[in-house]
Amino acid sequence: MSNIPDDLSYTKEHEWVAGLDDGLVVTVGVTAFAAEQLGDVVYVQLPEVGANVERGDSVGEVESTKSVNEIYAPVGGEITEVNQVVVDDPGLVNSDPYGDGWMFKVRVAGDPEDLLSPEEYTALTSGES
Amino acid sequence: MPLRYGSESAEHRAVREAAGLFDLSHMGEIFLTGPQAGQALDYALVGHLSALAPGRARYTMIVNERGGVLDDLIVYRLGDEEFMVVANASNYETVAHELRGRAKAYDTVVEDRSDQYALIAVQGPRSQEILATLTDADLGGLKYYAGLPGLVDGRQALIARTGYTGEDGFELFVANQDAVPLWHAIAAAGQPYGLTPAGLSSRDTLRLEAGMPLYGNELNAELTPFDAGLGRVVKFDKPGDFVGRSALEAVRNDPPRRGLVGLVARGRRVPRHGYPVTKDGVVVGEVTSGAPSQTLGKPIAMAYVDTGADSGLAVDIRGSHEPMDLVELPFYRRNK
Repeated sequence: MSNIPDDLSYTKEHEWVAGLDDGLVVTVGVTAFAAEQLGDVVYVQLPEVGANVERGDSVGEVESTKSVNEIYAPVGGEITEVNQVVVDDPGLVNSDPYGDGWMFKVRVAGDPEDLLSPEEYTALTSGES
Repeated sequence: MPLRYGSESAEHRAVREAAGLFDLSHMGEIFLTGPQAGQALDYALVGHLSALAPGRARYTMIVNERGGVLDDLIVYRLGDEEFMVVANASNYETVAHELRGRAKAYDTVVEDRSDQYALIAVQGPRSQEILATLTDADLGGLKYYAGLPGLVDGRQALIARTGYTGEDGFELFVANQDAVPLWHAIAAAGQPYGLTPAGLSSRDTLRLEAGMPLYGNELNAELTPFDAGLGRVVKFDKPGDFVGRSALEAVRNDPPRRGLVGLVARGRRVPRHGYPVTKDGVVVGEVTSGAPSQTLGKPIAMAYVDTGADSGLAVDIRGSHEPMDLVELPFYRRNK
């Protein structure tokens, strides 16, 4: 069973969203479950700072030895920051998916929709694993 | 066989630097026995197997009448009248079927024993030291592409010095019921040497670095051995006819339209199976296998590329033309 922190929100596409309760800027990464499924991550491509994205837009990719997966914007808004550290060291997605492996920050426009609670995400991944 | 037991990168490194333990029981084992087993194989396959000495093995192929590759194989001669054909998991039923049909006119019995045999491979520079703790067999005297029967951890095995990783190593063919205890015995014996269980993902990156073809990627029924740059396995000088001979003789001296080449990416995005290879925006080939290379620290690929297109190459990675350098295969060669 992979680690699913109870203070985050999640998407069906296996991203996590932090900071929803605090205000306007949220942090996004991929979950430990996704990282385990991918295997060793070797390449991360992130959106441009300043880009305006809609919820569900493909904004980047995570590539591992065996596969490549798109990263989708879990919320709409403006990209305010991207994590250059994970671009330089993609293995952080595996070793610290909820910490140094974070991907980007979004200034949320409108109300976030369709995010999953930790309980809902646990149910989703226990069905898939 | 799982994709990985832990980290596939760590598994890959372990095989290059120490040793890895692979469960290859999905491979097919087809036996030919009888006085004309060798002649039957000479007719059925492109190699000259009747000339193989007992205890030795050969890499060879089975082709159709058009010369298209149905599978690549390793054939072991176990005795004067006994051969074992090792086929890929996805093809062994086809191979067994073809061998039965092609051997009909010969005094030999073809038997698919894939369900009775398990295959465990120990690959990497420390393989011999590890296995030596479990067997009295003369591992040091066993040449590359040779096999001998012996006891490993008290269990009867065919011990072969073969592999698919570019490293020294051994493959152990054992009865199904011996596989699990033998796996545990080797895993325990190998622990002090850095042996790690290794999955399909690392197997694929290891063979890719070693420039070894994978059926379904570099080889298929639409390609001849010559198309794949492996014409050397076709033994026209053996006596008698063989399936595919006339088709292959017709193309053996044709200048190749495309060749199998190595590509090394300048960037970090990974070329993958099926992606187009381009030169000045024009498609000149196709990637057959690609992966991040642990050893080179860059993405690598094998690709069929038009003859003459040797510079200014790129791979179309989901719409972005990523520059590639053409290199000779293999990407990696071990120090002997």
